[in-house]
Amino acid sequence: MAYTIPKETYSGKVLGLEFGKGPKALKVGGENTLPFLSFEGNIPNKPVIAYEIQDILPEDWPDTVQKQYTAVSDNPVKWAQFCQNDLKAQAVALRLIGTHPDRGNRSSEDAAKTVKDVLSAIEIPLIILGSNHIEKDASVLVAAAEAASGYNCIIGKAQEGNYKTIVAAALAHNHKLIAMSELDINLAKQLNILITQMGFDKERLITDPMCSALGYGLEYTYSVMERIRLAALLQNDATMQPPIVGDVGMYVWKVKETLASGADIPQWGALEERGILWEAITATAMLTAGANLLIMRHPKAVETVNKVIEELV
Amino acid sequence: MLIIGEKISIIAKKVREAMMNRDPKPIQELAEAQWRAGAHFIDVNTGPAEEKGDELMKWMVEIIQEKVHSPLCLDTTNPVALEAGLKFHNNQWGRALINSTSNEPERFVMLELAAKYNAQVIGLTLGKGGIPADAEERCGIAAEIMARAAEYGVSLEDIFLDPLILQVCTMQDQARHSIKAIKMFQELNDPPMKTVVGLSNISNGVPKTMRSLIDRTYLTLLMYEGLTAAIMNPLDKEIMDVLKTTNVFLGKTLYAHSYLEM
Repeated sequence: MAYTIPKETYSGKVLGLEFGKGPKALKVGGENTLPFLSFEGNIPNKPVIAYEIQDILPEDWPDTVQKQYTAVSDNPVKWAQFCQNDLKAQAVALRLIGTHPDRGNRSSEDAAKTVKDVLSAIEIPLIILGSNHIEKDASVLVAAAEAASGYNCIIGKAQEGNYKTIVAAALAHNHKLIAMSELDINLAKQLNILITQMGFDKERLITDPMCSALGYGLEYTYSVMERIRLAALLQNDATMQPPIVGDVGMYVWKVKETLASGADIPQWGALEERGILWEAITATAMLTAGANLLIMRHPKAVETVNKVIEELV
Repeated sequence: MLIIGEKISIIAKKVREAMMNRDPKPIQELAEAQWRAGAHFIDVNTGPAEEKGDELMKWMVEIIQEKVHSPLCLDTTNPVALEAGLKFHNNQWGRALINSTSNEPERFVMLELAAKYNAQVIGLTLGKGGIPADAEERCGIAAEIMARAAEYGVSLEDIFLDPLILQVCTMQDQARHSIKAIKMFQELNDPPMKTVVGLSNISNGVPKTMRSLIDRTYLTLLMYEGLTAAIMNPLDKEIMDVLKTTNVFLGKTLYAHSYLEM
């Protein structure tokens, strides 16, 4: 007797979301099956990887990644163009880390100017991220949303402590929005509910359940993402159907395994290769858990994960 | 759990008058309100509908589905009326549910209609012997209904077994028997048989202020045993809140502080 593949049927569907504008606009989500299980359903859009850049010199990034961008990282416009033109990036994620009170405390106006300059220099979609400082982000992201008006960006991250002003700005300037909670499935759902209750369409939301690096809580992120997807697909939970983002790079490039040199710990092997693998493996795990959009740093890691995507889709 | 909205019933004076006068508005409003409150099916109870029952049912199906995009549960003992409803039922939003067949010979025709119109059907475990004494007797009747369904070409997956809920105020032990029957029905087949109850039967005859409490408490016990569907009042917020909370306990809904608002 011929073997029949057992198939699960899903009652729900991940929402599709488009960002950017013009011919380079991107679409993520829209699948009605678990990640890469295309034999069970339809996966209309591949996961997308955005290159992370920032508004100030990436002095806190380890050498392995810093040196990839030495020629351009003193200027976010050049950096964004490098990603677009040289690295063939599909999207760029601009982190306004310099607005953090402990990292230079740049003003909202300065941040808004950076956003404007970057947007006018590239054609690929832009993701605009704050510095993850609850109070400061509430003003920085509002200014950034206004500066990016008409570009259909993704802005974030709206959190429990600041979502109201950020949601209002995303609403007013027609952006997509990342809602982030800290590794708590119930809070992730609650935040999505609160945001949609403000009149923000769930079709314009992206869920960030908070990323973590391999060896540093990856399994927690994995479980939360997986549970979100199961709620979306098997329980048809409308609040859990937005696409998921994995903000991989910032969690990976600070752990010991991406910092310690091969001379210090010979049994771990060469640092550069190890760091790239650490980011690629963390990112791949996020994809298999359900992430639709990844934010990453090292070009080699991006290349590796893109290859995985090509082979699995 | 599937909710079958019970409010459109000939027993309600307002609905009865609207049916008699062919006044669509009150019926459409009730259908829409139940749908918005979360009903997956709208029950359309036209009773025995002896005179021009077919015309009435056809009219009901059309005016309700004009406003509400859900399947209907056609609730009449008149097979001619039922067939008229099935003929005009729009299956775009799901297949109709027939309420109901049983082990009484005059209800076998409902299986014939289910097969003919590819509808689902409620199998009420009631036979010639009157009210079943316990869960075991209900299972015996269920097995006969299932065997007959197979004869008529109705898939077991299209049958919802109904243990027949009786009023707790005069037949207290039956409340327990019906709960047990819900559990046992599922074991009659693999995949498990679907189940349904007419929830408010449990509180028939009790003081009006206690009905909702009795209904919703009973509902949690039935849901715990795996109940598939209930004919109930989705406009009763207290019942709906208990249903949603039970779904959280049973892991069918992901908890969030605002889950009651969803």
